[in-house]
Amino acid sequence: MKNKILMKGNEAAAEAAVIAGCRYYFGYPITPQNEIPEYMSKRLPEVGGTFIQAESETAAINMVFGASAAGARSMTSSSSPGISLKQEGISYLAAAQLPCVVINVSRGGPGLGNIAGSQGDYFQATRGGGHGDYRTIVLAPANCQEIADLTLEAFDLADEYRMVVMILADGFLGQMSEPVVLPKPSGKTFSKEWAVGIGNKNKVASLILSPEDGLTKHNYVLKDIYDRVEESVIKYEEYMIEDADYILCAYGSSARICKQAIQELRAQGIKVGSFRPITLWPFPYKELKKATEGKKRVLTVEMSFGQMLEDVKLSVNGTIPVDFYGIPGGMIPTPEEIVERIKSYE
Amino acid sequence: MNNEELIYTKSKSMTQRETHYCPGCTHGVVHKLIAESLDEIGMVDNAIVIAPVGCAVLIYDYLALDGVEAAHGRAPAVATGIKRVHPDKLVISYQGDGDLLAIGMGETIHAANRGENITVIFVNNAIYGMTGGQMAPTTMPGQKTTTTQSGREPDDVGMPIRACEIINTLDRPVYIERVSCHNPANINKAKKAIKKALLNQKEGKGYSFVEVLATCPTNWGLTPKKSYEWLESTMIPYYPLGVFRDKEE
Amino acid sequence: MEKIIFAGFGGQGVISAGKLLAIASMREGKEVSHIPSYGAEMRGGTANCAVVVSDDEIASAIVHKPTICIVLNEPSLDKFESLIESGGILIYNSSIINRKPQREDIKIYSIPCNDISEHNGSIRAANMAALGALLKVKPELATMESMKMALVEGISERNHKFNPTNIKVMEEAYSYLK
Repeated sequence: MKNKILMKGNEAAAEAAVIAGCRYYFGYPITPQNEIPEYMSKRLPEVGGTFIQAESETAAINMVFGASAAGARSMTSSSSPGISLKQEGISYLAAAQLPCVVINVSRGGPGLGNIAGSQGDYFQATRGGGHGDYRTIVLAPANCQEIADLTLEAFDLADEYRMVVMILADGFLGQMSEPVVLPKPSGKTFSKEWAVGIGNKNKVASLILSPEDGLTKHNYVLKDIYDRVEESVIKYEEYMIEDADYILCAYGSSARICKQAIQELRAQGIKVGSFRPITLWPFPYKELKKATEGKKRVLTVEMSFGQMLEDVKLSVNGTIPVDFYGIPGGMIPTPEEIVERIKSYE
Repeated sequence: MNNEELIYTKSKSMTQRETHYCPGCTHGVVHKLIAESLDEIGMVDNAIVIAPVGCAVLIYDYLALDGVEAAHGRAPAVATGIKRVHPDKLVISYQGDGDLLAIGMGETIHAANRGENITVIFVNNAIYGMTGGQMAPTTMPGQKTTTTQSGREPDDVGMPIRACEIINTLDRPVYIERVSCHNPANINKAKKAIKKALLNQKEGKGYSFVEVLATCPTNWGLTPKKSYEWLESTMIPYYPLGVFRDKEE
Repeated sequence: MEKIIFAGFGGQGVISAGKLLAIASMREGKEVSHIPSYGAEMRGGTANCAVVVSDDEIASAIVHKPTICIVLNEPSLDKFESLIESGGILIYNSSIINRKPQREDIKIYSIPCNDISEHNGSIRAANMAALGALLKVKPELATMESMKMALVEGISERNHKFNPTNIKVMEEAYSYLK
C-alpha cells in the first residue's frame, strides 16, 4: 500500500515509459493527453533524456522515426486528430521496421469532435491506420495500473518485433487518477545492429523500387513477423465467464462499465460474464470463440457505433447471436442501460 | 601507373554505384562535394545522410554512409531525432525544393529555429524532378512546368520562395549561404560552403544551411549546356548568391 | 462503496478536494478513483470531479448517480441535486448558495464554506471547509489524520505554506457540523 501513488493515467503512462528506458519523447499538445508531454518535459531532462515539443504531430512522429532509426527507445503521444496526422509516420516506421511506442488518449470524433473519452479510433488503430499493408500491436488498458504496465511492456514488444506498438486509451483513462504501483523494468535487452550511427553503414529506408518483387518480398518479411505476433502476443481478461448465460465483450473504459453492470445483474440472479480484449491487434479471436461456446448471446459494448463489433462477429462466426450497445461522440454507456439490454433477452 | 601520376581519386565517402541521374543533372555534383568534404574533415565513418523524397531519394546508395530515408518534407524532423540520439555524428539533411519549401516548410523552419546542430543541403532546381516536372515553390515566373503549362503565373500562384532569406530571419542558424553549380568556379565555391557547413556541425556550432542552385535539364526541356545558361541568366538574378550569415564573421 | 461528486466554480478547488480525499482514502487501504471534468470547462465555468471510494475493486469509475454530493455553488446544486441516490448525502456551501435544496429523501448539510475559509484568513480554502464537513458526515472515508497527510502528498511543495490554514479551515468545518 505504501508504494501506491495516486496518478493520472497520462502520468502513469509517461513514468512507465521512463522506467522502460525511453529517453526520447516528441509530441505536440492536444487535449486530453497534455499531461504526457508536460510530464516528459520535466522528467526526461532529469534522467538525461530529450523532450522536444515539435512543430506538429507529423514532425513529432518523424522525430520518433529518427530517434528510433538511431537505435533509441522513443515515443510520442497524442489524441485522435493528432493520431490521424501521425499515421503518415507510423506507416513509414512500420515499413522500415522501426520500433516505437505511440499513445492515443482518444477523444470524440470525427473531425475536431470533442475532448471526452471515446472509442471511435478502433478501426484506425487495429487496421493499420496509415497507407499500406501493415499492422501495429494495439494494447488497450482499462485502468491506470494497466496503463503503466502495458506502456512498460509496449517498449519490449516494440523492440522484440521491431514494430510500432500503440497504447489505445481514452480521455477518461488519461484524465482519471487511480492508485498505481510503478512497474519494474523487465531487464530485457535487444540488439539493434540495424540502427544508424553505430558504425555499420546501415540504411533505414522504405522505398523498394527494384528488383520488381523486392517490395513484395519485404511485405512477406513483415507478414512473417505479424504471424508470429498473432501466435505469441494475445492478452485478454475473462470475468465470471464460467456459469454465464450471456457474455459482455468490451475493452478499455467501456469494459469497466460492463463489470459494474455484471455486478448489478448478478445481484438480480442473471448470469452474465465478460470478455475484455487487451490486445486489440492481434485480436483474441480463438479465445473469445472459446469463451462464448454454449452461451446464449454476446453483447458488445463500445463508446462508438460498433467497431470492435466486427472482430467479435469474426470471432464468434455465427455460432451464437451477437448484439451491440454503444454510444458515439464522447458519451459513455451507463451500467443501467447495459442491464436493461441484457434483461431484454430473458 | 606510378603514384606520382595519380591526380584524382574517387572520394572514400562514395560507393561504386553509378547514379541514376540524367545527363546534366547537378545532384551528382552535389553528392560528390559532400563526399569530398567528409573525406577532408575526416568524418567518412561518422556521418548519417537523410534522403529526401525526390530525385535524391537513393542518395544513400551513392554515399558510403549511414543512410535514412525520410517521408516527404520530414527530413529535418528525422535529422532532429537522429542528432539528439547521436550528437557526435554528422547528420546531413539533403532536400529538394518541394521537400524543403512546400510540404516540409514547417519542419524546415522549426529545425532551423531550434538551431539543431545539423547541416541542411538544399538543392534548388526550380522544378519537381522525380514526379515528372511539376511546379515547385521555387519555379520561376513564366517557367513552364506540367502544372503551369502556360508558365508560372505569379498573380495566381505567387512568386518563388527564397529559402535563404527566410532562414535568415531566424535567430539560431549560424551559417546560411547560397551557391550554384553551373560552372567550375561556382562548384568550387559550393564545395567550400558545404565543407564549412559540415565543419560547423563537427565543431558543434549549430545549424548550417547551404542552398545549391541546380539544374534539371530533362524537366526544363533544355540541353545540359543550355540549362547551365538558363540557371545563370534566370535563377541567379532572383536567387542572389553569397553568404547570408556567418556567425564567425 | 461511496460515489462522491465535488462540484463548483472553476477555481474553487473542487478537483483538488477530490484528489485529496482520494489520496487520504487510498492511504487507509481503500480502493479509489478520481475523474475530473477537464478542458475548457475548467476555466471559469462549473467544474466537478467524481471520486469513488470502495473496499473492493472499482468497476466503473464514472459516477452517474452519486451517493454523496458536495456543491460549492448554485449552478452545481441545480445540476446535481436531482441525481443523488435516494438516501444519499448533500453538502452545500450556504455562504453563496441562496436557495434551499428541495429533496426530502436525502440527508442535507448546510455549511458556510466561504465564511469559514475567510475568517481563517483565506479566500481560497472553501474546498477545505467542504472536506472537513465531509469527514464529519462520513468518517468511514478517511480520518482527519490521513487527510492532513494527503495535504502534504497531494499539494505541490510550493503551496505547502498554505497547509496550516487549510487544516484550520478543515477542522473548523468539522466541528461546525454537530
